[in-house]
Amino acid sequence: MLDIRLYLLQRLSALVMAPLVIGHLAVMIYAIQGGLSAAEILGRTQGSFAWATFYGTFVIAVSVHAAIGLRVIAHEWLGLGARALSVLTWIAFLVLVWMGVRAVWAVTAPGGVA
Amino acid sequence: MSSTDTRMKVSVWRGDHEGGEFQIFDVPAQDSQTVLDVVAWIQQNDDPTLSYRFACRVGMCGSCAMMVNGQPRWTCRTHVKKVLKDNCIEIGPLRNLPVIKDLAADMDPFFEKWVKAEGVFHPSKTRNDQIEEIDPASVQRVKADAGIECINCSVCYASCDTVAGNPDFLGPAALNRAWTLYNDSRDAGSRKILDAVSGAGGCHNCHSMGSCAHFCPNGLNPMDAIAGLKRATAAAFFRRRT
Ligand code: SF4
Ligand code: SF4
Ligand code: FES
Repeated sequence: MLDIRLYLLQRLSALVMAPLVIGHLAVMIYAIQGGLSAAEILGRTQGSFAWATFYGTFVIAVSVHAAIGLRVIAHEWLGLGARALSVLTWIAFLVLVWMGVRAVWAVTAPGGVA
Repeated sequence: MSSTDTRMKVSVWRGDHEGGEFQIFDVPAQDSQTVLDVVAWIQQNDDPTLSYRFACRVGMCGSCAMMVNGQPRWTCRTHVKKVLKDNCIEIGPLRNLPVIKDLAADMDPFFEKWVKAEGVFHPSKTRNDQIEEIDPASVQRVKADAGIECINCSVCYASCDTVAGNPDFLGPAALNRAWTLYNDSRDAGSRKILDAVSGAGGCHNCHSMGSCAHFCPNGLNPMDAIAGLKRATAAAFFRRRT
């Protein structure tokens, strides 16, 4: 249930994710070690185009990667057919994008989210 | 273990595509006995209605594969002493294929997938052309030779969990053949092959867990062939777009 397009999309999204994961871990460790408070962190992320791009890209890559992965599992373990799989892949992708974009917006929106 | 007075408990699957059950036979142990010898003994001495398949008995034809204690094996070259556990053996039809009767699995889906994967020779010359010289040491030929000794036994196909979960998956043997032909300089179908293995049931579904390579009785590595196809199809995908 993976043709070459989906296969390449999954590999490419993994390729994009790899440095972002490392960056994300490094930032987390830095923030905790440095004892930054939530307000200080938000002060740096709010209105930051760079952080919005960093985590926005992350969200898209994760959504693509996970949706295709779930598709494979749903086919091999639940035996879903081609149509149901496409629906599931798109729903998983859109839900993940929606949740991720909301989270990114919450920390990077200029002036904070009301 | 030379005496014929030692006996083994052999559970043999009896049934057809609708289902069945294991039946226990009491079989005399013999020297240098293979699993196929055990099956043949039962059919000749105990129950002539037992169905199974074999031809060469020397590991060349690929027709005798069965599940032995839950693992796929070529039975004509599997020694009983290697698989006997607590004096018992369990023998069943190959996994991932429909059962015709008893130990004979229906190989049709297996071979249909060979054709679907373009695992068929695409001639590049006519009978009027000179016979092409092939350098056995060339890099491409070495790659083709790596997978050429496949005997179509379907042991790898039976071992593959991806085939079990994804019935459209072309499977290790068909893809191994496709890769072999792709590397054969006499084959003119490389484009066709790459297209055939790029679809929904194609090489990209393989999880690279390697059961095929582990179980192939001829020591082939279909997983490696599939990795080659993945690389070749990806390269072709971007080449065609640029
Ligand atoms: S490596 Fe691929 S083809 Fe081989 S058994 Fe695993 S999934 Fe099947
Ligand atoms: S690759 Fe090996 S296990 Fe698979 S069909 Fe060929 S010989 Fe049998
Ligand atoms: S009978 Fe031919 S390979 Fe076993």
